Amino acid sequence: MPLMRYSEALRLAMTEEMERDPTVFVCGEEVGQYQGTFRVTEGLLSRFGPMRVVDTPISEIAIAGLATGAAMAGLRPIAEFMTWSFALSAMDQLVNHAAKITYMSSGRVTCPAVFRGPAGTGNQLSAQHSQSLESWYAHTPGFKVVLPFTPADAKGLLKTAIRDNSPVIFMEHAGLYAQRGEVPDDPDFTVPFGRAEIRREGTDVTLVAYSLMVGKCLKAAEKLEASGVSCEVVDLRTLVPLDMETIIASVARTHRVVVVQEEWLNVGFAAEVAARLADEAFDELDAPIRRVGGADVPMPYARELEQAAIPGEDAIIAAVRSIVD
Amino acid sequence: MSIQSVAAGAASDQGDADLLATYRLMLLMRRFEESLYRKYREGKIGGYLHRYDGQEALVAGVIPQLIRGDYVLCTYRDHAHAIACGTSPRAIMAELMGKATGCAGGKGGSMHLIDPANGFLGGDGIVGGPVPVSVGVGFAIKYRGDKNVCLCYFGDGAMNQGGVHEALNMAGLYGLPIVYILENNGYAMGTSVERSTGQPEMVLKAQAHGIEAETVDGMDILAVRDAAGRAIARAREEVRAQFLEMRTYRFVGHGVADNAQQQRFYRTEDEIAAWKERDPLIKLRNLLVAHGALTDADDEAMESEIRATIEDAIRFAEESPPPPLESLYEHVYAEG
Repeated sequence: MPLMRYSEALRLAMTEEMERDPTVFVCGEEVGQYQGTFRVTEGLLSRFGPMRVVDTPISEIAIAGLATGAAMAGLRPIAEFMTWSFALSAMDQLVNHAAKITYMSSGRVTCPAVFRGPAGTGNQLSAQHSQSLESWYAHTPGFKVVLPFTPADAKGLLKTAIRDNSPVIFMEHAGLYAQRGEVPDDPDFTVPFGRAEIRREGTDVTLVAYSLMVGKCLKAAEKLEASGVSCEVVDLRTLVPLDMETIIASVARTHRVVVVQEEWLNVGFAAEVAARLADEAFDELDAPIRRVGGADVPMPYARELEQAAIPGEDAIIAAVRSIVD
Repeated sequence: MSIQSVAAGAASDQGDADLLATYRLMLLMRRFEESLYRKYREGKIGGYLHRYDGQEALVAGVIPQLIRGDYVLCTYRDHAHAIACGTSPRAIMAELMGKATGCAGGKGGSMHLIDPANGFLGGDGIVGGPVPVSVGVGFAIKYRGDKNVCLCYFGDGAMNQGGVHEALNMAGLYGLPIVYILENNGYAMGTSVERSTGQPEMVLKAQAHGIEAETVDGMDILAVRDAAGRAIARAREEVRAQFLEMRTYRFVGHGVADNAQQQRFYRTEDEIAAWKERDPLIKLRNLLVAHGALTDADDEAMESEIRATIEDAIRFAEESPPPPLESLYEHVYAEG
């Protein structure tokens, strides 16, 4: 299996799907001539031409409308937002149009569009460029919400997203673009939605996470192992649909759980997982459900403050320790 | 034979037939809206109800000129558009009454009529909402190389929405086969154009985005048909966006809650009366009568046939079942 970067895996997914299906096209800011702000779409313009790799003005509302309308009229657009922070301008087109047209029309019109781009915190990008907002979309019926951690998942999940007939919110993590991993080059390789992956097996505590936080959980698990605490790490991969079955099966083995998210803790996705566990697996729990999330503040610029605002291994370790012995 | 020749007095059988069909369509729209209001008052229709009375020429003079494969997007004031696209009065009435047999399965209601089989991609409940969507629809037509167009209706209030300008800029930039129809009825709910923009010359705003634009008297069905015919032909043949500002007037309130008493806050009875003098339905009737193409007896027969169509639609809707409760969670996601 070839070794490639997360960003290259995304590009491979788009290339394969564009070759497979002539209705797939890419649009967004700097996706063509500039070769992509994060190089994810590098080379696509010369390969597929300007009708299928569409450079747009800086107009997020119209980009979302372009994808939504084209999907309603039978194409399969992949709209890139330069970052998910910039997609905030487009919330009406996303939430009130893309997510609702299928339901409002009782399925007579659908919106098979993928909205993708980098999300997440870090790099001292400060308040307006450094944030995680996946819960906003997971909260809205009609979207599927995908956050891959590994390069292989980046490819397999993006291919599934492009083939899906519903609008998909596909959040990449800027901090993962350069990560390398083995990626199947089989064009038939896809990763199904709604199936979590156990990244590390363990017996004492289940750590539930997604995207970049899976990596932090794995590092925390290594350190905890050294001090005799065995952690299982579950990578959700998709928030909608959510694989509660895998989470509950893991908790049934460990009886303790910490849910980790990068986004603000207040009203975040970890609260949803915790609530469902309380409803559906209360009897399996030997300790309170713990949540780890970002500080409930706009992201500060200063490095020291930023580090204090983003959940790290220490916070995960502290949460685990608070529920073992 | 063109309608201009009818207007000029050189009536022909074909010209008469076209205009009679237009008149019948406008009459159906007007009577349909009136019946909806009655059903709303009876409690058979819920939610908001936005009527098109007075604006009929903007739809009756345009949508019948479309061909198969063309698309229509419009606002929440969408009943006339659905009728003109060919959606059955039964399916429209049933949708308004929230029935399973409605054109959106009872999940859309008045503001979200839709009928893709007839090219109608729906009413949109958000001011300015359909304009960004139109960019995608127009793009899809161009992408496939089809000789089709997308008609996109929106109101004067939408001209002050940021997304509309993003979308017009993109439509102008990419040369998309879209005909924008600005339904300028003078008021965004209760706020007049004069009170909402520093530049009330709407065509300038379209031209600023590189889109050809023209102002049309929306109370004159012949002028509407003529301008729309030219704009649709240019969009179809030359594949570039067109913009028609149609000056019109809604004879009733913004929605049912905007009653006569409420309307006194923003417009006078004299103003309403002056516009009603220019009622496009009555003007067309008078034109047809003057040319001997319509008699009082013809008119009465048409009224009676339309009454029967509407009564049939009402009966159908009232006898239809509501959507089953099991359907609550259906269609949140598309199949596959």
